[in-house]
Amino acid sequence: MQVKETSTRIASRQELEDFRRLIVARRDPGRTCIAICTGTGCHAYDCLGLVAAFREEIQRRQLQDRVDITATGCRGFCERGALLTIYPQRIFYQQVKPEDVSEIISQTIIGGNVIDRLLYSDPNTKELFVHQEDVPFYRKQQRLLLGNNNRIDPTSIEDYLAVGGYTALSKSLFELSPKQIMDEVKRSGLRGRGGGGFPTAVKWESARRAEGSPKYVIGNCDEGDPGAYMDRSLMEGNPHSVLEGMIIGAYTIGASIGYVYVRHEYPLAVTNVTMAIKQAEEYGLLGENILGSGFDFRVKVSRGGGAFVCGESTALMASLEGKVGEPRAKYVHTAEKGLYGKPSNLNNVETWANVPLIVLNGADWYNKIGTKGSKGTKIFSLVGKVNNTGLVEVPMGTTLREIIHDIGGGIREGKKFKSVQTGGPSGGFIPESLLDMPVDFDELTKVGSMMGSGGMIVMDEDNCMVDMAKYFLTFLEEESCGKCLPCREGIKRMLQILTDITRGKGREEDIAQLERLSDNLIDSSLCALGGTAPNPILTTIRYFRDEYVAHIKDRRCPAGVCKDLITYFIVDDKCPGCGLCIKSCPKEAITFVAKKKPVILDQSLCIKCGACRDICKLGAIGVK
Amino acid sequence: MVTLTIDGREIKAKEGLTILEVAQEHGIDIPTLCHNEALEPYGACRLCLVEITARNGRSRLVTSCLYPIEEGLVVNTASERVIANRKMLVELLLARCSGEKVIQDLARQMGVETVSFRPEYVERNNCILCALCVRTCQEVVGVSAISLANRGVHREVAPPFLETATACIGCGSCVYICPTQCIKMEDVGDTRIIHNWKVQFKLKKCKVCGNYFAPEAQLEYIRAKLNLPQDFFNTCPNCK
Repeated sequence: MQVKETSTRIASRQELEDFRRLIVARRDPGRTCIAICTGTGCHAYDCLGLVAAFREEIQRRQLQDRVDITATGCRGFCERGALLTIYPQRIFYQQVKPEDVSEIISQTIIGGNVIDRLLYSDPNTKELFVHQEDVPFYRKQQRLLLGNNNRIDPTSIEDYLAVGGYTALSKSLFELSPKQIMDEVKRSGLRGRGGGGFPTAVKWESARRAEGSPKYVIGNCDEGDPGAYMDRSLMEGNPHSVLEGMIIGAYTIGASIGYVYVRHEYPLAVTNVTMAIKQAEEYGLLGENILGSGFDFRVKVSRGGGAFVCGESTALMASLEGKVGEPRAKYVHTAEKGLYGKPSNLNNVETWANVPLIVLNGADWYNKIGTKGSKGTKIFSLVGKVNNTGLVEVPMGTTLREIIHDIGGGIREGKKFKSVQTGGPSGGFIPESLLDMPVDFDELTKVGSMMGSGGMIVMDEDNCMVDMAKYFLTFLEEESCGKCLPCREGIKRMLQILTDITRGKGREEDIAQLERLSDNLIDSSLCALGGTAPNPILTTIRYFRDEYVAHIKDRRCPAGVCKDLITYFIVDDKCPGCGLCIKSCPKEAITFVAKKKPVILDQSLCIKCGACRDICKLGAIGVK
Repeated sequence: MVTLTIDGREIKAKEGLTILEVAQEHGIDIPTLCHNEALEPYGACRLCLVEITARNGRSRLVTSCLYPIEEGLVVNTASERVIANRKMLVELLLARCSGEKVIQDLARQMGVETVSFRPEYVERNNCILCALCVRTCQEVVGVSAISLANRGVHREVAPPFLETATACIGCGSCVYICPTQCIKMEDVGDTRIIHNWKVQFKLKKCKVCGNYFAPEAQLEYIRAKLNLPQDFFNTCPNCK
C-alpha cells in the first residue's frame, strides 16, 4: 500500500521522518499479514502459485480488509520451501503448497489454530517449532542483512522506510562529514565481502583522495560461483539496503555516478533493483539534491553477460565500458584509474548492505560482532550433501561444525562428512579434522581455502576428491578469459593431468607436476582467477593425498566415483530381487535369474551410470 | 626522476616509465613475447616477470612491461623464482606450439630442453595468442578488423563472427607483426589474399612501372585519412 503522492520528493530530513511516521501510523501492527517467501529457491516450489492461491482465497472469502499478503525476498531455508510467516503471531510454516491455502485460511487465519503438519519438525527429536527464530536452522544465525527479507516487500520503498530504511543515509548527510563516516567504517573493521577481504575504508580513502572527476561507485552483483546466491537474494529481497549503502559510500568518496552490475541471469534482481532506483529517485533519495542536502548522485543498472571473470573488478569495469570483460593489471589501482580512467570504488553488494548498519549503530556495535580480524556477519550459501541447504548468515568466527551440523542439520541420509569447499570454484577443500576452525577471512586463507563470496559446498563419503578437483578445474578452464598464458594453458594442463588420474592413467610424478603448475599459476597469473585456480588441487593434495595415491598407484577410486576405476556388483545377501534396479538400468545390463531371487549384472553391458545404486535403498548394489 | 635498483645496479630514470623500459634503456635483458613498443603494454605472455621487493621486505612477481617504476624500488630480473616461473611459462608455450621455431629458440635460451608434459598433451598450434596482430590492427592501423574471440582454451584470433573481416584493408600489418608467422598472406597477380581473415583485395597498379604495389582499399584508407589528392597513389613509392 503506497500512501505517498509520487510527484512529491522528500525535500528534507524532517520530511523524511514525518513521512516515515505517516507510513507507520497507517499500518496496524495487529493486522494479519501473510508474508510469503518469493526468493529464487522458493520459485522452484511454486511460491508464485501459492501467492496467487492466497490472493484468490482471500478474495473469495472477502477477507481483503482483514488480511494482507506480502511477497517477500529469500528467507534462506530453501530446503524447506515454500516458506511463509503469518503476522502478528509470527507463525512459521514450511513446505507449503497451493493446496494448503484453504486450510491455512480457515484453520489459522480464521480459527486461530496452528497447523502442526506445516510446522518445522526436528527430524531427530520430532519437536515442532512455531516460530522461525526457534528452528535450529535459524537459531545460531544472526540475520543482520537478511533479517528484513522476512517482512518487507522488495518492490515497496515504503516497506523499507517503515523498518527504518534510509535513516542511515539522512544521518550521513546531515550529521556526519565524509571523514567521520570514513572513520566509522574504518573502526568498524568492515572488509570486502566479494572475495579478497580488503579493508573497505582503505579502498574508500584511496578513491576519495584520488584526483579526477567524475568519481564512480560500483555495486558488484556478478555473483558467478556455482551454487552461490547470497548477493542475488540481497538484491532480490532488499535492494534498497544495497542502494542506501552505495549512496552513503558515494557521499563519503565524493562520487556522483553509480553502477549496479548485475548478471543477466538474475532477472528478478535486475527488475527489483531497477524498480528500487526508480522509487528512490521519485522520493528524492537519489538524483539531484538528495533530501535537500545538496548532494547529487545517480545510479544506473548494467547487466552482465554471465562471464565468471567479470566479477573481477577490472574485467567488470571493462565490461561496463562495453568492452570485452578481461582483467588488466592493477599496478595502478582502480581507485585512481578505474572506470573510464576515473577514480572508481567497487564493492560487493553484501559489503554495501553492511554500510547503513554501521552508520546507524556505530562502529563500536559492529566491531563487537565477529573475530579479531573479520568483523560483522557473513552470508554463506550452504549447499551440497547437507540436510538443510539454504542461505545462512552467521557472525564471523562461527565454526564450520556449527554451520554444517547445527544449522545445516548434518549430512544427508546419515552419511559421513568428508569435506567442505568454501569460496567458490577456486576455493579450497577443508577436511573433517578442521571442522572446529572459526570461519573468517584469515583462518580460511591459512588452511589453503578462502572466503570468496561465501559459497560452501558440503561433500560426503561418496564424493571423490580427485573428481571434485577435476570438476572445479573444468569450470575454471571454461571461465578463464584466456588472456594470460599461465591461466589459459596452465589450467588446461592441470585438467588434463587430473582427467588422466581419474581414468586410471595417473603417473607417480603427476602430483609433483600439479604442484609445479600450481606454483606457476599463483605467481604469474594476471588476475585472481588464475592466482586462486590451483586451490582445489593444492588442498585436495594436502588433505586427501591418499585418494590421489589410490587412483595413481592402485588404479582405484576409494569413493567409487571415477567410472574407469570402478565396477558395480550385486550384493547377493542383500538383494531381495525386487527388480527396481532392472527398471532403472538404461542398458538392460541387469536381469532376473528367477523371480524374487537376486539379480545378475552383466559387466560387458554396464556403463557405470550408477542409476541402480541410486535407486536401491537396501545397499544391494555394491561398488568397488 | 626516480631512483631504483635493477639487478644490483642503481639507476635514475624518468617517472612514469615501466620497469621494462628502464631495463631496456640500460641494456638489461628481459625476455618478452607480447610486447611491442608501438603498442600499449598488454601483460599476457608474462615472460617479462620480475621480482620486486618492497620497503617492508616483502617480494612479489610483477610484469615489468606494465609496472610503473617508483622511488626505492628493488628489482631482480633473474631471481630463482623468476627463472622457475619463466621456464614453466616457456614449457607451457612449447606444449601449445611445439613446432614453432621462435618458441623452440626461446626455450633453448632459457635452458628448457624438453617439455615435461605427456607427449599426447603436446599440440602444434601456430598462434601463441599474444594478440600483437589484434592490437596492431586496433591501435596502429585503426580499423579493428580482427579481434580475439571466445574465452579460455577456446580463445582465438578471428574476424567478426568467424566470417569475413569486412573492415580489413589488406595492409598486412598483422602478418608483419606476428612472431610465429601464422597469418597467411599472398599476392597473386592483381590480387592479395589473407587466408586467415577470408579476404581478397584488388592491388593497385603503378602508372609508371606497372607493378602492383598495394591494396586499393589500403591506399584509399590512407588517402582519406590524410586527406590526400585523388591521384596521390597513382604511382608507387618507388616511382614517385
